[in-house]
Amino acid sequence: MGLAGIFFYLFSAVLLASGLMVVAAKNPVHSVLFLILAFVNAAGLFLLLGAEFLALIMIIVYVGAVAVLFLFVVMMLDVDFAELKQGFLTYLPTGALIGAVLLAEILVVIGGAVLSPETIAGAAVPIPELERVSNTEAIGEVLYTRYLFYFQLAGLVLLVAMIGAIVLTLRHKPGVKRQSIAEQVARTPAASIEVRKAEPGRGV
Amino acid sequence: MSVGLGHYLSVAAILFTIGVFGILVNRKNVIIMLMSVELILLAVNINLIAFSSFLNDLVGQVFALLVLTVAAAEAAIGLAILVAFFRNRGSIAVEDINSMKG
Repeated sequence: MGLAGIFFYLFSAVLLASGLMVVAAKNPVHSVLFLILAFVNAAGLFLLLGAEFLALIMIIVYVGAVAVLFLFVVMMLDVDFAELKQGFLTYLPTGALIGAVLLAEILVVIGGAVLSPETIAGAAVPIPELERVSNTEAIGEVLYTRYLFYFQLAGLVLLVAMIGAIVLTLRHKPGVKRQSIAEQVARTPAASIEVRKAEPGRGV
Repeated sequence: MSVGLGHYLSVAAILFTIGVFGILVNRKNVIIMLMSVELILLAVNINLIAFSSFLNDLVGQVFALLVLTVAAAEAAIGLAILVAFFRNRGSIAVEDINSMKG
């Protein structure tokens, strides 16, 4: 077992432990921080697999955007989280049972699976040697040509998500003065100026 | 014993199960549920990239990128719905999300 093996077991152990802590932590802020730890360790696993671009994108997108969004929401909502944690022990036996059965099923499937030689030989886009083309460059060459439609679809998904998030959280408070340019432009002297005759000594 | 495809798939399977377990156990807290969904999508990504690496095929990495996009969009929309719900009800407990019940 070389250095790569040691790092595989290190990253996997921390990943699984922090994944379990995400689920089990009492304080949701701790959950988010453990989620960040899990993502960083998953990025380490991706590096071991030779997907450097995705490893770093993972850290940028998840730690930089998603985890911060979670942290923001957890801290913004004024909720008694201890109360929300109460059903934990009630659901624990059922959840553990279902989880154990699911895990056993998946592991049986993985254990029995054999990759056929045709599958290994028939790669749609073979990964070029790292000495010649870097991982980022190789992904770019494929993503912007062969999978351009999927790339644009991803952009559309993000656009819809952005518009949806803004529409869902936007609210107009009553009593807040806003600028209405149409109203300002439509003002005429007749509607806004009133000429009164002021008699001496009386005022308006 | 070198690290093979089965090792990565097993790690992904355990992580997937932890995510499902988190959804089943935290029946009241929607935020932890959303984080569990993120864990499940992370397990899927590990699967895709492990297959990409061991089959020497770049397509797995391209699709992992798309899964990443969908996960980010899902988190944004989910948290936006959560914030809107909290403003209306003052609570995020799952039992309170029943106003659409017939």
